[in-house]
Amino acid sequence: MKWIVALALMFLPLSLSAQAVPKLVPDVSQRQINIQSGFTGAELLLFGAIIYPRGVAPEGQIDVAVVLRGPARPITLREKQQIAGIWINADSSDFRSVPVYYAIASSRPLRNIVDSKTAAIYELGLDKLQLSPSGEVDAKEQRRFSNGLVDLKQRNGLFRQEAGSVEITDQVLYRARLKIPSSVPVGTYVAETLLIRNGRVIVADDNVEVRVRKTGFEQLITVLAQDYSLFYGAMAVLVSLLLGWFAGYIFQRI
Amino acid sequence: MDIYLPIANLSVNALVIILLGGAVGMLSGMFGVGGGFLTTPLLIFYGIPPTVAAASASTQVTGASVSGVFAHMKRGGVDFQMGAVLVVGGMFGTAAGAAIFEILEALGQIDTVINILYVVMLGSIGGLMAKESLGSVLAVRAGKPRPAAKRRHHPLVASLPMRWRFYRSGLYISPLAPLILGFVTGIMTMLLGVGGGFIMVPAMLYLLGMGAQVVVGTSLFQILFVTMASTMMHSLTTKAVDIVLAVFLLIGSVTGAQIGARLAQRMRPDYLRLLLAAIVLLVALRMALGLGWRPDEIYTVQAL
Repeated sequence: MKWIVALALMFLPLSLSAQAVPKLVPDVSQRQINIQSGFTGAELLLFGAIIYPRGVAPEGQIDVAVVLRGPARPITLREKQQIAGIWINADSSDFRSVPVYYAIASSRPLRNIVDSKTAAIYELGLDKLQLSPSGEVDAKEQRRFSNGLVDLKQRNGLFRQEAGSVEITDQVLYRARLKIPSSVPVGTYVAETLLIRNGRVIVADDNVEVRVRKTGFEQLITVLAQDYSLFYGAMAVLVSLLLGWFAGYIFQRI
Repeated sequence: MDIYLPIANLSVNALVIILLGGAVGMLSGMFGVGGGFLTTPLLIFYGIPPTVAAASASTQVTGASVSGVFAHMKRGGVDFQMGAVLVVGGMFGTAAGAAIFEILEALGQIDTVINILYVVMLGSIGGLMAKESLGSVLAVRAGKPRPAAKRRHHPLVASLPMRWRFYRSGLYISPLAPLILGFVTGIMTMLLGVGGGFIMVPAMLYLLGMGAQVVVGTSLFQILFVTMASTMMHSLTTKAVDIVLAVFLLIGSVTGAQIGARLAQRMRPDYLRLLLAAIVLLVALRMALGLGWRPDEIYTVQAL
């Protein structure tokens, strides 16, 4: 019997600590983002609550980071160089998994709340994204291309990193707004929330999905152009002919 | 007023697009050119992806030229036989253009080639036009009568085998010459989104030696059919025709064209041509500078 008690005593702190992990209840303001004719971008509110075991918040500061990430795609990145006075695409590198959209917001600057290793594991921050470069072996070149890609996507508004934009109320409620530009690609996006304390991620939740899709007329046009291209082309020609002819007819009467 | 372009995948100001179409339409009404050579670069400056710009501009040119074709047909200003040969050449041209487009896109050089083609083409045509119109303006100023334009086809054209009679054009030449001309403009239409009127009209006048009364009508006839073919070709290959963009451009351009046509009646043709030459040269200059300047974006993303 003695050894059972000893064993139980040994595992007690472990089971206690397992219980002591807080739970995240995340949500977003919109589960679906509809792209339609007046679409100029959107703002997504990511919010939620942290449920602590026995309802007691731990000592010390907690931090929250939220990530919204679009589906990953393989791409070729081309680089222009000046050759004989003209800027032309001279070099290129392939990346196998570039998220079409990636935004991260945190309650404080990321480097202050997580160590570099944790950030790399959870892909926290634009410099920690695993873009899976291929083809290029030279590490320095690879760095240059990745930096170029991140910089380009950042200026297009498709990659974002905002420190201090997650508000935490009473260590329990958190909220953050993420901007989505009008050029956002369609797909299923994943919203991830991470609770961070003492440089470590205590708990992470990535069960919230946001669907970005074209609706109505915009979707119809896209589907026609992609899957019924012969019909779409004929329709474009016809619309153009009719508009041109009709305008000519109208102006003759004036 | 913001409007989302479903193929270009971004939202633009509809008013800017309509005004842009209107300005280009006014020029096309004044000068009788399609205006694609202005639409495509302006759309690219505005931030539309180059492929979508070229594809949608060619759709717009279809609409912009249709009422002109009807007007010229009524006046008997279309040589249908010549037009048919040009169109056949143009069809092959768009197919060849589509193949070239695909190869260049795979190589990542499509943008550079489009830019260089624009500079070379607009620069040379604009230069020729400026020289010719400046000459005639100066001659008129000096009170000298204008030298009558020579109407003879180029010796190279005369040396081609197998001659046909083109009654309305008043020509007895080999159909190969207009076939090649149509082919070349077809490639241009596919790559650059231009109708090609500003290449075809001088080529018809000075290379083929066609009668001036059928030149503009026949060129419009060819443009109408070849831009239709190029819209179809783009729809099938690049899938870059944005019908929303084309419609907004058209709303502007058909209105502008009517205003331009009325303005043109009050202006002297020589000055008009000089003005067009200046605009063409300006666009060429801007594009040439663009090639040498450090571009805003060093990197470009292409989906695999």
